[in-house]
Amino acid sequence: MEKETALQLKHKSSLSKKVASFIDRVKKDFKRNKMIYLMVSPVVLYYIIFQYGPMYGLQIAFKDYSPALGFLGSPWVGFEHFKEFFNSFFFWRLLRNTILLSFYSLLFAFPAGIILALLLNEVRSRIFKRTVQTVTYMPHFVSLVVIVGILYDFTARDGVVNDILGFLFGIEPIAFMQQAEWFRTLFIGSDIWQNVGWSSIIFLAAMSNIDPSLYEAAKMDGAGRFKQMFHITLPGIMPTVVILLILLIGKFMTVGEEKILLMYNPTTYETADVIGTYVYRKGILESNFSYSAAVGLFKALIAFTLLVIANGIARKVGDTKLW
Amino acid sequence: MRKTLRERLFDYGNIIILTLLSLVTLYPLLYILFASLSDPAYVAQTRGIMLAPKDFTIEAYKMVFNNPMIGISYLNTLIYVVAGTALNIILTSLGAYALSRKNVMWSNLIMFMIVFTMFFEGGLIPLYLLVNELNLIDTRWALILPTAVSAFNLIIMRTAFQGIPDSLEESARIDGANDFTILFRIVLPLSLPVVAVMVLFYGVFHWNSWFHAMIFLQDRELFPVQLILREILIANDTSSMTSGVSAVDAMPIGETVKYATIIVATVPILCLYPFLQKYFVKGVMIGGIKG
Repeated sequence: MEKETALQLKHKSSLSKKVASFIDRVKKDFKRNKMIYLMVSPVVLYYIIFQYGPMYGLQIAFKDYSPALGFLGSPWVGFEHFKEFFNSFFFWRLLRNTILLSFYSLLFAFPAGIILALLLNEVRSRIFKRTVQTVTYMPHFVSLVVIVGILYDFTARDGVVNDILGFLFGIEPIAFMQQAEWFRTLFIGSDIWQNVGWSSIIFLAAMSNIDPSLYEAAKMDGAGRFKQMFHITLPGIMPTVVILLILLIGKFMTVGEEKILLMYNPTTYETADVIGTYVYRKGILESNFSYSAAVGLFKALIAFTLLVIANGIARKVGDTKLW
Repeated sequence: MRKTLRERLFDYGNIIILTLLSLVTLYPLLYILFASLSDPAYVAQTRGIMLAPKDFTIEAYKMVFNNPMIGISYLNTLIYVVAGTALNIILTSLGAYALSRKNVMWSNLIMFMIVFTMFFEGGLIPLYLLVNELNLIDTRWALILPTAVSAFNLIIMRTAFQGIPDSLEESARIDGANDFTILFRIVLPLSLPVVAVMVLFYGVFHWNSWFHAMIFLQDRELFPVQLILREILIANDTSSMTSGVSAVDAMPIGETVKYATIIVATVPILCLYPFLQKYFVKGVMIGGIKG
């Protein structure tokens, strides 16, 4: 009995010692780094209000939010909104469209940047290379509104694309933007058009870091340009490719919603409507706050899970990882 | 070294592909430029490729510049770009500097807090309700405050600051400089390329953004130019542009006015970027490899 209390006392005193020394350290740190904390405080304040504030607001996904009652006053309803979403007619369509658009952009848009970088890397003339780069970066700086505006204009029945197709192949004019079956092609195609140059930058940078002696050695062994490309350049940029892939997978559930909002219309909802645009319609346009917050949370949770899984796989496979 | 036939074919093929890609990229932009400078009646009839302006006229541009809504929205965009970017740069450099210091007890925790927001977010609806709750709806602040810092850009800048030799700061500190002096007199001047990249990234973002304006603003007097462009290009509503023109003429003129508006809203940013190109390539590299 006595022994026990002594032990407890000893434990307690060591704990309070630890606490005291911790407080001491905090005080010292604050004294020394006062100005640092002053500098970082507006940034921390921004994150607390505008990033963590909305996370706190996510509780309305489990409530029946009414503006009159506020965040705290609205009654809890548990998983009701989630159930409603999972059972709705839209659920599978939204999931399918979200996943397919993401998957196609991983399949086509992501490699496009790598291929362009590989081709540019083989160009010997500096002036030609620079010109191509300057031209292909350019659309990245054009706003989505303008890009989609151009898309409407060019793919209209009397637009340039139909004119050219009609002239070359005698194809009847197609109202591309009004047809659900064309939506994915237009979305991914215009995305590649706008961003292929930009996304090649990072791969080119990775290529410029490859040890030139590797190429010399390969040449000695009689490797041609193609062989050098496949056996030196591609493996050389693999770590970059993996990191970017992880990041892309983290964004898997977020597929250019702003662009879809500009591009779609009720005739193309069948293939164009994704979770993000549905959240916008239900939440902002129809003021269905709690329900659409639940849909948004579902999306964010899947995205987060995918990111953790992708990072885990990358960690196992190679030594590249995000964290 | 002599090239083999295969290698020469490879080179020619490569150049042809890249030239085609450049043409496909450039042509739509050139088409819009040409069409905006052409006679509306001609543009309405024309089919397919246009290689130069036809019956050169700047009528469409006159209409764009005489339109009060374009003027107002253009001014608004300038306000959002200048004020927004200024706030972005100030906060990002303060945060990046503070988090690049060693021996700061809470910096890892703060860094984690910032990075976490790159992977998980509250989402659109809670953000909308928050902005509403803060009474920012229909104010210019709604376009500036919610995007005041970007975690990605902060990481880029922090990485750049970490690369500056400690000895410079130590000697400044011995001379009695505090952290603010070190940031503004030593660290920022040494990081000008990165600052240029940040200005470009944030500036382009503000210049091109429309979604927040659409959900947070109802007052047309506050609209940025992208929102007006959206009406003209996507909703295909050129009525506000062609007032004072007879209905018969309005249709074709509406088309060229559309093109002229695109040019007016796009050219400033396109003019800026070749000058900053060498900087932003650097910025993307730092951000991508370390980010």
